[in-house]
Amino acid sequence: MPATVTKTWKLFIGGAFPRTESGRTIKAVAGGTVHHLCKASRKDLRDAVESARAAQVKWAASTAYLRGQVLHRLAEMMQARHGEFVDAIRATARITPRKARDEVDAAIEHVVCFAGWTDKIAIVLGSQNPVAGPFYTFSGIEPTGVVAVLAPDASPLLGALALACPALAAGNAVVLVASERHPIPALVLAEAFATSDLPGGVCNVLTGDHGELAPAMAGHRDIDAIVAAASGKRATALKEGVAENMKRVQVVDPDSDFTDARWRSPAVFRGVTECKTVWMPAMA
Amino acid sequence: MQPAQAIDWSYAPAPETFPVEIQAEHGLFIGGRFVDPRSRKHFETENPATERRLSKVAEAGKADVDAAVKAATKAFKTWSRTRPAERAGYLFRIARRIQERARELAVLESMDNGKPIKETRDVDVPLVAQHFFHHAGWCDKLQYAVPGIEPRPIGVCAQVIPWNFPLLMAAWKIAPALACGNTVVLKPAETTPLTALRLAEILQEVDLPPGVVNIVTGAGETGRMLVEHPGVQKVAFTGSTEVGKRIAKACAGTDKRLTLELGGKSPNIIFADAPMDQAIEGIVNGIWFNQGQVCCAGSRLLVEESVVDEVIGRLTHRMRSLRVGDPLDKNTDVGAINSREQLERVNRYIECGVREGADRIVCFDGALPDAGHFIAPTLFRGVQPAHTIAREEIFGPVLTVLTFRTPDEAIARANDTNYGLSAGIWTSRASKAYEVAAGVKAGVVWLNTFNQFDATSPFGGFKESGFGREGGRAGLAAYLA
Repeated sequence: MPATVTKTWKLFIGGAFPRTESGRTIKAVAGGTVHHLCKASRKDLRDAVESARAAQVKWAASTAYLRGQVLHRLAEMMQARHGEFVDAIRATARITPRKARDEVDAAIEHVVCFAGWTDKIAIVLGSQNPVAGPFYTFSGIEPTGVVAVLAPDASPLLGALALACPALAAGNAVVLVASERHPIPALVLAEAFATSDLPGGVCNVLTGDHGELAPAMAGHRDIDAIVAAASGKRATALKEGVAENMKRVQVVDPDSDFTDARWRSPAVFRGVTECKTVWMPAMA
Repeated sequence: MQPAQAIDWSYAPAPETFPVEIQAEHGLFIGGRFVDPRSRKHFETENPATERRLSKVAEAGKADVDAAVKAATKAFKTWSRTRPAERAGYLFRIARRIQERARELAVLESMDNGKPIKETRDVDVPLVAQHFFHHAGWCDKLQYAVPGIEPRPIGVCAQVIPWNFPLLMAAWKIAPALACGNTVVLKPAETTPLTALRLAEILQEVDLPPGVVNIVTGAGETGRMLVEHPGVQKVAFTGSTEVGKRIAKACAGTDKRLTLELGGKSPNIIFADAPMDQAIEGIVNGIWFNQGQVCCAGSRLLVEESVVDEVIGRLTHRMRSLRVGDPLDKNTDVGAINSREQLERVNRYIECGVREGADRIVCFDGALPDAGHFIAPTLFRGVQPAHTIAREEIFGPVLTVLTFRTPDEAIARANDTNYGLSAGIWTSRASKAYEVAAGVKAGVVWLNTFNQFDATSPFGGFKESGFGREGGRAGLAAYLA
């Protein structure tokens, strides 16, 4: 009988798969197998932010066409792992195979949707401004920078992508903290990131305790925006991060239906983009 | 040959003499009426150019703020369901009345704020009218304004505004809020309440339904009570980053929507190939418009090293011809600093600049008026990026000069700040202008111009200069649920 090799789950930072520097683990029992996941520390978060910062400028400077192709490649890599995603969702969640398959299908479709958004964000949200004077004025849309995402427990794969895709499509770099209760799908997603053409550091994945990582995110001065599925005191703690460095904080209901069309609408770019208005004399 | 005669080039006084009556005492504007404050407290507002009292103004206490929020909550029920074209009608009429009373508003603004009449007359008040006119037209087009949302009003908006553009900031706050079907409680700055209260008269004249706009005057404590009021659904603040952070913290545990327009330390970048005559005027406009009390002031001059002597030479020459003094004189370029407190704050920064080793240059030949809060336009050379005056927002007529060698270094220096409100770029090469414009982290970028504003054009910052935009459709998003 051939030996079965089980996978060691790690973090995904800067395009590599390191273990948490803290040595701490989270035990997850799935289908009779015991998984030891990394319990990311504040230091892991700082490392991930550093990688994201280093990767963001180049990602934002790449053409929207290229970013679109890279995201489409991500969808291709996800399609190839369809079965693995279904198993990952079912590993810790009590959910029918049918529902798990539906979520994976929706997640892949979601990524394809945002692959198509990259070169339309500025078209839909930008403007030429007819000012009352001899000036040519337009408003463009730019990424906010480094965006931290706290993924929801309900639909752990689609939810994570619903919150991360707008940021990635717009040219931000992301630190994605996986669903606290069902983290394994996001770790499979990290493998899809690693094998797509997404440059290292553009999307980093951590697993860990949201209660521990949320305040650390809020207090981190090099995170420019947070998109978080959170409620109650955790939501308050995140929003207090605004007072730290004016980071933009968007809190979403963890029980949202992420298949709803609003998660694919241009409204989702609001919390992760900046409007830049440029003026120049019409006659110089 | 006759010996050259000494010619007196000084200007004769050209005072704006339009008479403006100011009541001795002002109440609060709540539920469509001017009412005495339940707090029974008043404070004084003075003319910063003469230090003479202009009026006594009510100081709203807790019961007053409660009453204003209650009036706005009641009005929201009908105003939010008022037919869009009807809402537009009120806003169009407000714009028209502002145009009709423009001269009065300009004079009153100059008296209460200290800024030159040529600015209030040519910039502030025309922009106020345009802002109402522009937003009037949005009322029945909101479904096209913000892609991806069903436009619904949010509710009662608490709006706290600063003293540097008192009436303009009131317009920037009130017009979009009303266009989107919200109601408002506005708190003007303590030192400049008079034009907002005059706007309240206009709101009465156009029969705006009671409670749609309420104005509570007072200081920081009144503002704090307003933004923390549980009956408020949206908070919009323009002011310092320090206060903005306190407000963010206070709102963190609530569902209140928040937009903040905060401080700046904006770079004005002069390349060697800049159109130099225009650039010099742009530097002057960037830092001495409104005595430099502008959140987006071009207070950090970044000059390409090869032309720094030429730029300083031309700039100091130009500084000599700036007229500092009576804000109501039509020839005045630089008026009064808004308050004694601000005057002292700016002077402390000037002392700090000297102490830290920068070279202070003042090229003002005339005498400053005896009374009033005045500071001559001031320039600092030999400034290091780490100097306090190169990092902190001074909010006064003080310019710091730094140098750079390459476009990359210009971008790096421009972004070497926690702020990100505006930037100026002066060059004759379009490709360079675009490259640098793309690289600077700023919400508004002026290429070969500076300090331009328009109702159709979004204004607001990156980073610690706040979030949300005012103007254009980006500005409407802040007032729609």
